[in-house]
Amino acid sequence: MIRAWLMQHGFVFFLTLKRLIATPVTSLLSVIVMGIALSLPTGIYVLMENLSSISGQSASSPQMSLFLKLDIKKEDIERIKQRMEEDSQIVSFQFIPKDAALHQLQQSNGLADISASLVRNPLPDAFIVHALENTPENLEQLRVAMQSWPEIEHVQFDSAWAARLNALLKLGRFIVLMLTTLLSVAIIVIMFNTIRLQILTKRDEIEISKLIGATDSFIRRPFLYFGAIQGLAGGATAWLIMTLTIRAMNEELGTLAQLYDFDLQLQQLSPSDSISLLSFSAWLGWLGARLSVASHLWQIEPR
Amino acid sequence: MIIFKNVSKRYPDGYVALNNIDLTVESGEMVFLTGHSGAGKSTLLKLIAAIERPTSGTITISGQNIAQLKLGAIPYLRRKIGFIFQDHKLLFDRNVFDNVLLPLQISNFDNKTVAGRVRAALDKVGLLKKEKAMPIALSGGERQRLCIARAVVHRPSILIADEPTGNLDIEYAQDIMSMFTSFNQVGVTVLIATHDASLLKDAEHRILSLKQGKLAV
Repeated sequence: MIRAWLMQHGFVFFLTLKRLIATPVTSLLSVIVMGIALSLPTGIYVLMENLSSISGQSASSPQMSLFLKLDIKKEDIERIKQRMEEDSQIVSFQFIPKDAALHQLQQSNGLADISASLVRNPLPDAFIVHALENTPENLEQLRVAMQSWPEIEHVQFDSAWAARLNALLKLGRFIVLMLTTLLSVAIIVIMFNTIRLQILTKRDEIEISKLIGATDSFIRRPFLYFGAIQGLAGGATAWLIMTLTIRAMNEELGTLAQLYDFDLQLQQLSPSDSISLLSFSAWLGWLGARLSVASHLWQIEPR
Repeated sequence: MIIFKNVSKRYPDGYVALNNIDLTVESGEMVFLTGHSGAGKSTLLKLIAAIERPTSGTITISGQNIAQLKLGAIPYLRRKIGFIFQDHKLLFDRNVFDNVLLPLQISNFDNKTVAGRVRAALDKVGLLKKEKAMPIALSGGERQRLCIARAVVHRPSILIADEPTGNLDIEYAQDIMSMFTSFNQVGVTVLIATHDASLLKDAEHRILSLKQGKLAV
């Protein structure tokens, strides 16, 4: 029974492939249209992913600088260290004594002359703190908390920058969502219409099949397969467009990166994202076909 | 066994095709249905396969009331029936073999046995050598026989033929009638609607005559 069922589905699968190949130009055109439509949100998504991973590299363990008051004592520093060790929000910290800071200042280009002219060390002791959470809200909370410690003169952290980037990413995600929704609807409409035309040309076959005892699911099956396979092909086209585009962009970025002496490479779609893209596009095709079949098949009742 | 009880069929335009029909066809019986065109022969046959639904009355086939059948159950009823349509209803985009294959695909037959069954059915109607031909290339009589092969390939218990000898010359018609007789001899219930009086002359089977939607005795 299960074997017969599998054979039936296998048969329909190959029948559908045959039908797609039988009208190569039409099939290719709709696959390309779907691929382009899907590649737009996919492309923005890829850029967003890259942007957030670049910002993640600098913000995944965001740094805060704590400047201590100038008249600080050694036991105060020990107390701060202990407090930081107990704070679950702080991943790690590094103590920079003022002498070391001054030494570093003397090493840096251009500033050596100025620092040499200093009579005494004007720099405070400092801590560099790496926080656990990197959302702007959490970082801001941590900053305010540490600012209230009596030994602290100033906590420096540019949360505005992280907030801006985050807002930008949020906007980007919203655009991706909007585009995905709109273009998904477009793909469903395309598939709806394709299947409607197919149903019209297969009217005789559907009617005769019904007359000799075909169930609705038997009649639906080839159309649903058609939708899913064409959707899948559209998704694969979008994937190909993206992969080739990113590869081309990386070549350009490589030259640019060499000139500016930094390393910037766009990441390709991850395997799980690729699978999501393919299954989503197959599902879209299937859904368009399903809706079309639901609204057209009942009209064909044999008389 | 097919039992009609007080069956009427009125079409949406008000035309009464069948009026209060009572009728019993025993299992394994062969019955002819005659009458002028428009007498209701086709409607009566279509009611059996639930292609049309009765306005009132009950139709029982092996204990099941067809008049009340749910939509989802209709395909399974039709698989018990082989229907030979007046207008053949062949698929012109596929060859003879694939036309006969269709009922087996529909009822999920195992792929290993289907080819044998299709060829057996084609052999019975004498079309074995034409399995690769397209229906368009067949003569009227051959198309009729192809239609019969498709109707019997899944070995239905009931065979229904609507004007099976419609436009055929007498020799062909005799041929086809003898096919029906041989199906009946292996236990298939056969119902044939025809207005062809020449077929009925030497028939030793029951003849039902329809006149303006009523059974004439």
